[in-house]
Amino acid sequence: MELLRFITAGSVDDGKSTLIGRLLYDSKNILADQLEALEKSTKNRTDGSVDLALLTDGLRAEREQGITIDVAYRYFTTPKRKFIIADAPGHVQYTRNMITGASNANLIIILIDARHGVVEQTRRHSIIASLLKIPHVIVAVNKMDLVNYSQNIFNNILIEYAEVTKQLNLQDVSYIPISALNGDNVVDRSPVIEWYNGKSLLQHLEIVETKNDINLTDARFQVQFVIRPQTEELHDYRGYAGRVISGIYKKGDKVKVLPQDIETTISFLEARGKETDEVFPNQAAVIQLAEDIDISRGDSIVKLNSLPCVSNEFDVLLCWLDDKPLISGNKYLLQHNSRLVRVMIRKLNYKLDVNTLQQREVSGEVGLNEIVSATIKSVSPLVFDRYSDLRENGSAILVDETSNNTVAAVMIQ
Amino acid sequence: MTQSMNDYRLNYLEQLEAESIHIFREAAAQFEKPALLFSGGKDSITMVHLARKAFTPAKIPFPLVHIDTGHNFPEALDFRDKLVTNVSATLIVRKVEDTIRQRKLTEPKGKFPSRNWLQAYTLLDTIEEFRFDCCIGGARRDEEKARAKERIFSVRDEFGQWNPKLQRPELWNIYNGKIHKGENVRVFPISNWTELDIWNYIMKEKIEIPSIYYAHEREVIIHEGQLVAISEYVRPSNGDVVLKKSVRYRTVGDMTCTAAVESEATTTEEVIREIMTTRISERGETRIDDKVTEAAMEDRKKNGYF
Repeated sequence: MELLRFITAGSVDDGKSTLIGRLLYDSKNILADQLEALEKSTKNRTDGSVDLALLTDGLRAEREQGITIDVAYRYFTTPKRKFIIADAPGHVQYTRNMITGASNANLIIILIDARHGVVEQTRRHSIIASLLKIPHVIVAVNKMDLVNYSQNIFNNILIEYAEVTKQLNLQDVSYIPISALNGDNVVDRSPVIEWYNGKSLLQHLEIVETKNDINLTDARFQVQFVIRPQTEELHDYRGYAGRVISGIYKKGDKVKVLPQDIETTISFLEARGKETDEVFPNQAAVIQLAEDIDISRGDSIVKLNSLPCVSNEFDVLLCWLDDKPLISGNKYLLQHNSRLVRVMIRKLNYKLDVNTLQQREVSGEVGLNEIVSATIKSVSPLVFDRYSDLRENGSAILVDETSNNTVAAVMIQ
Repeated sequence: MTQSMNDYRLNYLEQLEAESIHIFREAAAQFEKPALLFSGGKDSITMVHLARKAFTPAKIPFPLVHIDTGHNFPEALDFRDKLVTNVSATLIVRKVEDTIRQRKLTEPKGKFPSRNWLQAYTLLDTIEEFRFDCCIGGARRDEEKARAKERIFSVRDEFGQWNPKLQRPELWNIYNGKIHKGENVRVFPISNWTELDIWNYIMKEKIEIPSIYYAHEREVIIHEGQLVAISEYVRPSNGDVVLKKSVRYRTVGDMTCTAAVESEATTTEEVIREIMTTRISERGETRIDDKVTEAAMEDRKKNGYF
């Protein structure tokens, strides 16, 4: 059984919380006492019926305002898969939350209100999905009950959205007509929408093929922690612990340590606390090398057949996440997995309009939720791939040294 | 459940395990003085198991800290001491009782005098005493609504407070542990695990846990539909009917605020079967202290509770 992480995105009233509530409820992942608490809070709101949206509105401030203010994570399991849902709010001002939730999602559900079709928010969310390279997209056309389950309306939205898909080069897009409120095509196929022959949303989530989402050819490993027991019997032990980002490492493989640029051989491999002959993506591994080299946290161990970029000047797309604006010429800390380097924003190249994808000249400040292309110079070299080639070796964050806040999501171009 | 050959995909438990190990290593690498908050329950025992995997063959590079309410199940305390010896970890125990005395706090009253809420004081004192900059905790996001929004690296101010509106965005697998002096970070390596995941992992890895997690006979009273064990901290009052029942615990907190469930499950497999058919959540069924108000956990978290 596999794990699938997905994010739901939609405008404020697209019924996102209701959809998640419905998924949890109909797949029997809501328990009696949670339902009871739900019924109680619904009673407080005087409108009668059980409001599934309340299942996901966690904080009191949100319940009072009836909105979702932060990414919440939900869990549910079916016999086929375990799911982690990142529930990100739809408000314009919370784009940063969507990026947070989308950053490690395998799939995105983009909700479209059948009455309104493709709106500005839909485009914005789709652009973010494409910038973050989420491998699978489901377009769920919701509130079909409010348009008499009209096939025409569904088809028109499909045609409209196909344009967005083409422009953004989105891969693997599926379309499902649903009513989250009534449960049509959410968990079970709807008997009402006769003209639709496809799968329900949950059936789709259960079978989405994720095999090709893993890169097995470009081996990347970054040292997270150096294990040195320094006991008598393990006096010379030096294990480089880290996560295999991509590729397969085998005992005896020739490898290169970067940025030091030194070649050596893998002498020992360990995963899950046990010795093994090979390690592969997403495993927490330990590598030992034949030669004694000075390696520390943040250094990379790669294979010779495919080498990453090593540079201290590179172009990035920055999504600004902080209330304080980005100022060209400022210094920040850049964290690329476990590597922390001091960087300077040398140049702002253009601002990306997240509604049209147009590149505009940068005039004035770069504020919260804005996306810009920038040229960055780092004090010491970074070992990376382009984000579009290898998501997890092309992503980083910027940290403001004075506030310690995470101020930007970085995608290396 | 096993990973299929030459497919190189991890199953969900392997994926959760790898993620937790990654988080443990980040905590050890990014902080000068981390500590693992150890309650003696199955979640913290699972955390110790994961921490060992993360750093083997070296010892776990941080101490285990037990904030002792004094209302423990004796079985859990025995188990704690045995485990600490087995993994040769350092154990630090600080008692809520001492905090109550030193700080002249008011001891909670009533039939179920929970010191749970007072743990925050002892924890903050302990953080200051040892200058811990990172406390690794076993909270899971599935436990409670307020926890569903907590980051894996969660920054607390000098008062140990959590501000849900000012959380750092957490992207990809990158964890920002930068803090100012006086602040500390709570790190939650098993955020993405559910109760069932923990049990499946306990079964898969054959992790030993205290006997009270399995069915055993116990004298209990029924309080608002929940089974509460008779102990030196909870005495039956007039009108209580003392029953002998076969019970097990789903969580191991204070004896005063943890309820038991009726059960015949004596093995991990049987416990899993019971959990899969139960219709009540872990906290809802067994935590007396969460029921006070709907926002109880949110309030306690803001005040520096784990």
